[in-house]
Amino acid sequence: MMAIRPVLEIDALSLAAKSNKKLVDNVSFSLSKGETLGLVGESGSGKSLTLRAILGILPRGIEQVGGTVKNEERSAMVFQDPRGSLDPLCPVVKQLTEVVYYRQRLSRRASRKAALELLHMLGLPASLQTSDRYPSQLSGGQCQRVVIAMALACKPGILLCDEPTTALDVTVQKQIMETISALQVELGFAMVFVTHNLAIAAAMCSKLCVMKEGKIIEQGNTLSLLQNPQNPYTQMLMNSVLPVPELEGSD
Amino acid sequence: MKPITVNPQLHEDGQSTSIISRIWRIPALLAGGIMLAVLVLLAIFIPFISPHDPTGQDLSAFLQPPSAKHWLGTDQLGRDLFTRLIYAARTDLTIMVLAEIIPFCTGVLLGMIAGYYGKWLDSVISLLTDTFIAFPFYLIVIIVAFASGAGQRGIYITFMLVGWIVFARVTRGLTASFRQQEWVASAQTLGLPGIRIILRHILPNVLPQAIVVLMTDMVGLLVAIVTLGYLGIGIAPPTPDWGTMISDGQPFITTAWWLSAVPGLAVVYVGIALSLVGDGLADLWRKK
Amino acid sequence: MGAALQVKNISVHYGGFTALDSINLDLPKHTTLGLVGESGSGKSTLARVIAGLVVPNEGQVLLGPELLKRKRSREQHKKIQMIFQNPDASLNPKHSIRQILSEALLFHRIVDRAQVGTRCKELLARVHMDESALDRYPHQFSGGQRQRIAIARALSVEPSVLIADEPTSALDVSVQRSVLDLFSKLKSELDLTLLFISHDLGVIHEISDTVAVMKQGRLVEINDKDQFFSRPETAYSRELLSAVPRMPNLKPSGGFHEPRT
Repeated sequence: MMAIRPVLEIDALSLAAKSNKKLVDNVSFSLSKGETLGLVGESGSGKSLTLRAILGILPRGIEQVGGTVKNEERSAMVFQDPRGSLDPLCPVVKQLTEVVYYRQRLSRRASRKAALELLHMLGLPASLQTSDRYPSQLSGGQCQRVVIAMALACKPGILLCDEPTTALDVTVQKQIMETISALQVELGFAMVFVTHNLAIAAAMCSKLCVMKEGKIIEQGNTLSLLQNPQNPYTQMLMNSVLPVPELEGSD
Repeated sequence: MKPITVNPQLHEDGQSTSIISRIWRIPALLAGGIMLAVLVLLAIFIPFISPHDPTGQDLSAFLQPPSAKHWLGTDQLGRDLFTRLIYAARTDLTIMVLAEIIPFCTGVLLGMIAGYYGKWLDSVISLLTDTFIAFPFYLIVIIVAFASGAGQRGIYITFMLVGWIVFARVTRGLTASFRQQEWVASAQTLGLPGIRIILRHILPNVLPQAIVVLMTDMVGLLVAIVTLGYLGIGIAPPTPDWGTMISDGQPFITTAWWLSAVPGLAVVYVGIALSLVGDGLADLWRKK
Repeated sequence: MGAALQVKNISVHYGGFTALDSINLDLPKHTTLGLVGESGSGKSTLARVIAGLVVPNEGQVLLGPELLKRKRSREQHKKIQMIFQNPDASLNPKHSIRQILSEALLFHRIVDRAQVGTRCKELLARVHMDESALDRYPHQFSGGQRQRIAIARALSVEPSVLIADEPTSALDVSVQRSVLDLFSKLKSELDLTLLFISHDLGVIHEISDTVAVMKQGRLVEINDKDQFFSRPETAYSRELLSAVPRMPNLKPSGGFHEPRT
């Protein structure tokens, strides 16, 4: 296979708080077009901060103290809390239209059309076309679909997902995971997927980085990493996915 | 199974350090505290600092500009302005503090009761606060001041009537939000009665915010006291008071402007000091 | 085996919204009932009704043979305790751990004032915490430690029924396991009856003897654990179970299978 030029290359990234405490230490990985990389770890592992560093939206008081982030394509982010990332006082189609209008530089009319197409693509009800709704009138899963639509409206080459399904119910989680995967096949964006759940990471990602206390302690191809974990912490994370027995007659 | 020992490492933002060293790191609190302390110490020790009598007239030396003998000059009756200024601080600050105590306590208590029990109790207390807020504050002050006769009593009565409202509103909102918190639900499942939950659990949590509000509210009260004095329905002369001092100096504003300006600046000084302390305390408790 | 707790025909309405629709549920003594459901299914409301925090519009809760009235006696209050989801909010931030643990001990006169300190240390030991925790404040502990303290507080009044409402959902996965183990251990040591609420079917599988499924305020299935996980009775349970993300088959010989359909 020919080596593809990576769309995202992170080299020795280090982030620190004002108090000089290292929060992300010497993190490196790269991502090619259409590929999905999973950042897995528990709270405080620095996985969300790494994601924010890629987008350039570090929280106040945290600075990049070393390393480089080389970003060949536009990136957009999907956050954990769908309701928190939408403006509660603006109906969703209007919100999405605004994003399309400013990011794709289309006319107002064309923006609205593009917005509705995006919402359709994400499986939101067609009734939004005639009667716009506020985020509070939609379910959590529907809100997350709108958030993903807004991220995609930026025509990103890289989609950054920060625990996009953690706040959702299992059945909705499954639907969203399927939607994201299908869109990735269709649109061909690369993806960085942050999660604490190894089962989700295994289903979504081709490569995995296991993070602990700001460092990548193990990385590699998903399957070989899970089959043969080198680090006891990875093993612990794998064990912490509590098993659910297979349903009878499901296969 | 081996017991898990508690992580002795405290969070890094310095809970392990003492209150005193935390105060040092909040300049607003320090500055405000020093400003207040200076004034309070002056007010306490003024009889030993100044040889002058605050009410003693000396008609041979009226309207003098500041000098070594009279640091801030003298007024139209030859009284030493600096001495009067500090004695006035005694009167005004004492009234300010005393008039806040009862409204503060009742306001916090009523606010917590309204926020905790909700329902009709909350409706009644909210109705009361809304009614009082609909009246202009100074209108009530002036009516009560006239009804009860000029002087300190009017201020105390008015403030007991309306002063609690601001505290009730703040604590009611806070309590209502704490009521949703799980530590209140835990206390309820343990079978603790409501009044105990209010006093033992909610009070320590609303108190910091209420005290911050108290600081700003005291500034408002001080201005009210001074305004009443200025209007001639507050503290009666010859008791020194910043309000009467401002109005007494008014006729001489072109020749001896400092007569009105100095007590006015004193009000500003206390206002700034209290605001700094309020901001600093808010910072102190937020950082925790 | 008698029922430790019976829920009879409980309904709760908020305005026009029905949060619970005639729920009937028995908790046999010394067993763990796992209650599953998605958000808005009413599982937390049911927990709060049983704990006496929400007064139902209809129906009754029986503790053993006793009917629980709207106003519970102190003794009845003590018998049913609850652990909440959010460890950040379940302890009063202004109280030290000593105050938190001793308050109910003193109020209900469970031990003499002189023995309160010893009892607090015993409670901490029960949840595997060091006694040096006593003079610290909640913010000095991690989420998992706080949840342990909350459990110790609930145990201080010697309950017979313990309700746990998503007690591990806010915790890191590595801590989740140890808290679950603690629940199992306490249940057998103290002969507790446990009502364990979670949206995580892996957690439910780990801890329950019986599983109940709720959907939109109704109880759709109650089943023995093994039955439920292998042969659920309702389509909804099947849907829930098939939506759980699972680890891929990791046997080196088997192919890597990504279920994406």
